[in-house]
Amino acid sequence: MTMPSVSDSGLATDAAEGSVVLERVTRAFQGRRVLNEISLHIAAGEFVALLGMSGSGKSTLLRALAGLDEEVEGEGLIRVPTARSVLFQDSRLLPWESVLDNITLGLDGPDPAQAGRQALASVGLAGRESAWPGQLSGGEQQRVALARSLVRRPQLLLADEPFGALDALTRLKMHALLRALVGRLRPTVILVTHDVDEALALASRVLVLGNGRIADDFRLDLDHPRHSDDPRLVGYRQRLLITLGVTESA
Amino acid sequence: MSAEGSTLGGRITSSTPRTAQASSRPGGTRLVPRRLTPLGRLLGPLVLLALWELAAQTGLLSPKLLAAPSTALITGYDMLANGTLLPHWLASAWRAWWGLGIGVAAAVLLALASGLTRIGEASIDSLVQIKRAIPTLALIPLAILWLGIGETMKIALIAGSVFVPVYINTHAAIKGIDIRHVELARTLGLGKAVFIRRIVLPGALPGFFTGLRLSVTSCWASLVVLEQINTTQGIGYLMNRARDYGQTEIIVVGLVIYMVLGLASDAAVRAIERSTLRYRKVIGS
Ligand SMILES: Nc1ncnc2c1ncn2[C@@H]1O[C@H](COP(=O)(O)OP(=O)(O)OP(=O)(O)O)[C@@H](O)[C@H]1O
Ligand SMILES: [Mg+2]
Repeated sequence: MTMPSVSDSGLATDAAEGSVVLERVTRAFQGRRVLNEISLHIAAGEFVALLGMSGSGKSTLLRALAGLDEEVEGEGLIRVPTARSVLFQDSRLLPWESVLDNITLGLDGPDPAQAGRQALASVGLAGRESAWPGQLSGGEQQRVALARSLVRRPQLLLADEPFGALDALTRLKMHALLRALVGRLRPTVILVTHDVDEALALASRVLVLGNGRIADDFRLDLDHPRHSDDPRLVGYRQRLLITLGVTESA
Repeated sequence: MSAEGSTLGGRITSSTPRTAQASSRPGGTRLVPRRLTPLGRLLGPLVLLALWELAAQTGLLSPKLLAAPSTALITGYDMLANGTLLPHWLASAWRAWWGLGIGVAAAVLLALASGLTRIGEASIDSLVQIKRAIPTLALIPLAILWLGIGETMKIALIAGSVFVPVYINTHAAIKGIDIRHVELARTLGLGKAVFIRRIVLPGALPGFFTGLRLSVTSCWASLVVLEQINTTQGIGYLMNRARDYGQTEIIVVGLVIYMVLGLASDAAVRAIERSTLRYRKVIGS
């Protein structure tokens, strides 16, 4: 079996819309298929939470969408907007650049500095423009990374466990912040997480990866703010835990 | 802050606190020593100097072998005062700084070329590795044949010795660039020029400074040998002539000058490094 690299499989872009299309997307490491003919359509403006057990291929899928997997064997068609931003688990701030310069790195437009200051204020860090990233807490660094992503007005925001390294309280605050910003800018969001409650708190659609395929896919038509004791959410949580192979026995 | 740790875990049965630390910063074991004061740093050299002077004063150390520090100090002062030292110092400094400048510039350019392009890596890097294996002073005979016995040859050889540590460290730093930063650059859609300017060069700076600090001290060292060749000026010339006349105090003066120049250059580079790499919070910095 020979599989052409992704460049052959056509990472075509659809700038007109924020939608994401995958057709029979396959990715493999040393011949072992991690993604197996995944086909998927995500409409513009959807907030998708991508769940799955550790090693199920969530990051592999996200990196394929971000165009960061040139070396990985695979085939299939991927269509994503050109205007896309990636939020990593680590903030990936350049330690030698000030917070503001990190946000505006590679940004063009009439007044990048002004746009950067506004983005920084929108994540609640106004006044920290000239700080070094090393002087910020982990949560603050991740907020700067969020500002760096959103100042580019992405049509698609790809996030791989962006809050995974944060404490529970900070994570809840980040959820509220992300929801507010996404509500304002309306990008399509694909958020990889292994936290079922995070998925249920934020997403309008939940995808579960398992055995290289989409093991579950459902919509959450619930208003915000959501209360975790909402009976519908309790039902969804049960369903997800079963799909993920976790049985709740407290 | 409570001095009693007995609530921790709630399992301490004894009524006396295990540790009664009154300090406002209970630190535990110190793994990294506290920073030395500048005076503390001088302890070793001062003890050595005192022993040396003592040995000279008691006659243990013959002035034929090594002059006393006090004698050297007086000689040095005299030479400075009567103007005999300055021309030699200037001649040496001129050679060293030209060599340093040319060597560092060439090293940075070639490190960038070999670190950032495949053709550069293939053509430059192994040549430099070979050059590294040959001691610079072993090139003197060839350099004399090619460049003559004048200043060009001396500066070229100093540049050659300065080149290697700067190139090696800068190249290694460019090659060791954090792959996560490369990915970031790709997701931000950075062009090659911006990528090099904002990510590669700042990332390689610490390595460059390491190389530069090695170079600034060593660029003076080659002078001792090079200034034996066809010159009547320079600290190295001064020292060699003093050897012929058995003037150990002048030899000591020369050594002290090299030391002062080396330390001053190192301190200057460190100061530049500190202000350039302000973002780093490194232990001991
Ligand atoms: N560069 C690589 N080389 C070889 N195998 C890889 C590589 N990257 C990922 N894999 C393998 O692919 C599978 C999926 O990895 P991936 O990182 O996508 O999982 P994940 O769902 O993101 O897991 P986690 O929740 O732990 O982050 C794993 O079995 C992993 O070992
Ligand atoms: Mg992952």
